[in-house]
Amino acid sequence: MIINHPLLGPRDAQEFTYLGDAGLINRPYWLSENALREFHDYLHLRDNPAGLHRELWFHEQGDRSWLVVTRDTTTHEITKVELARDVARANRAAEVMQ
Amino acid sequence: MRYSALRLIKESLTGHKGWGPQWRDPDPKEAYDYVIIGGGGHGLATAYYLAKEFQGARIAVLEKGWIGGGNVGRNTTIIRSNYLLDGNEPFYEFSLKLWEGLEQDLNYNAMVSQRGILNLVHTDAQRDAARRRGNAMILNGSDAELLDTDGVRAMYPFLNFDNARFPIKGGLLHRRGGTVRHDAVAWGYARGADQRGVDIIQNCEVTGFRIENGKVLGVETSRGFIGAKKVGVSVAGSSSRVMAMAGMRLPIESHVLQAFVSEGLKPFIPGVITYGAGHFYCSQSDKGGLVFGGDIDGYNSYAQRGNLPVVEDVIESGMSLIPGLGRARLLRSWGGIMDMSMDGSPFIDKTHIEGLYFNGGWCYGGFKATPAAGFCFAHLLKTDRPHETAKAYRLDRFMTGHMIDEKGQGAQPNLH
Repeated sequence: MIINHPLLGPRDAQEFTYLGDAGLINRPYWLSENALREFHDYLHLRDNPAGLHRELWFHEQGDRSWLVVTRDTTTHEITKVELARDVARANRAAEVMQ
Repeated sequence: MRYSALRLIKESLTGHKGWGPQWRDPDPKEAYDYVIIGGGGHGLATAYYLAKEFQGARIAVLEKGWIGGGNVGRNTTIIRSNYLLDGNEPFYEFSLKLWEGLEQDLNYNAMVSQRGILNLVHTDAQRDAARRRGNAMILNGSDAELLDTDGVRAMYPFLNFDNARFPIKGGLLHRRGGTVRHDAVAWGYARGADQRGVDIIQNCEVTGFRIENGKVLGVETSRGFIGAKKVGVSVAGSSSRVMAMAGMRLPIESHVLQAFVSEGLKPFIPGVITYGAGHFYCSQSDKGGLVFGGDIDGYNSYAQRGNLPVVEDVIESGMSLIPGLGRARLLRSWGGIMDMSMDGSPFIDKTHIEGLYFNGGWCYGGFKATPAAGFCFAHLLKTDRPHETAKAYRLDRFMTGHMIDEKGQGAQPNLH
């Protein structure tokens, strides 16, 4: 697989390590009333779709950036690559708007 | 029809015209007491033991394709009982004991061959860990034997003993482990279940559950609605997809594991060898092909095929252990989809929906578990209580803190 890094261009997926579901960006609030349940679900119950999947990859052998890669799990085709930083900021902005 | 030598002689004298089909091809009935989703090794074994050991009646197995076409037809055929932890080892020992009596029980030649599994060690720390695991195995009624370098050399003189980085310092030998003809396991269980009245319904894809007031009433399928008092889901690889239809999220990711087979060679590997310095294991099939594999690819996948970097990694590991491997040509490689759970251990449990039961999360260890998984799942379906050896395989164990993490990797499925 080739991951089209937003800053570095196309890079071999071998340079990256895989973490999993990009939902891991949205860490629950630690003082929330249901923190135990929320952290259980956050850590253990991840998205596992057959089809488009947003997932975290770490460019370990490169610039050590975290990426959010949108990939089809039935074909391994990658359709979108974003910096995880940008995704996290967008998520936070959306929360503030609410 | 019972298979026997006498029957074989009779058939061979009459042109083999008397062999009938091994199981029927029935149309689905309106309702059953038990519906098992998934006609793989586990699903068929569940139906078989449910009918035979637990006097279950009106049982159907629903399979979206043909039986035995999933992971029971894609694995590397190894059976073993060499786990460390209390939640696991009694279960796998129970499974190995069922394997030992399987062919007589089923009246079916599954080619169960207890040719021994050797886990190699390359450092003092690995030898200590092997000794500890061996003791845990013996305590649970399994067998284990610690070999030194000479012991390994006597069995497998062609290994790369003097590798400067990873010299072979011995190994843990599990003599009762071995291999089984994997397809025959599915067929044998199918035939046994069918003889006991189980309807095996192929080309019947489950498209949804009918659930009312927290109770399952049946399943929607591509061949219409089928009512059921109890539904057992046994679809490892697709567990997340199927259980999502019941509104459940599982502590499971689907990953692809590749396996390989070489051209047929004269016999030279009598047992199963696993490498301690890389993820590589190898055995030789009765046809002569070297059957081997290694790590999962490491990213979520439903593709049933992997990528080249893992092929290279597996072959590199193989070459560093068995230099002679380089002279053999690779015939085939393929991929299967694993339910990788968050602690590397499986689930056999009830769900919060009444009448809906789940068996899955087998990571890449589902094949060796087939008889016990079927037996324990049937036990759960019939009695609503977990079997003695499977009581640790709870779906809520991450909430209660009772994880069974053999490798100690934490909630990172691609590292188990």
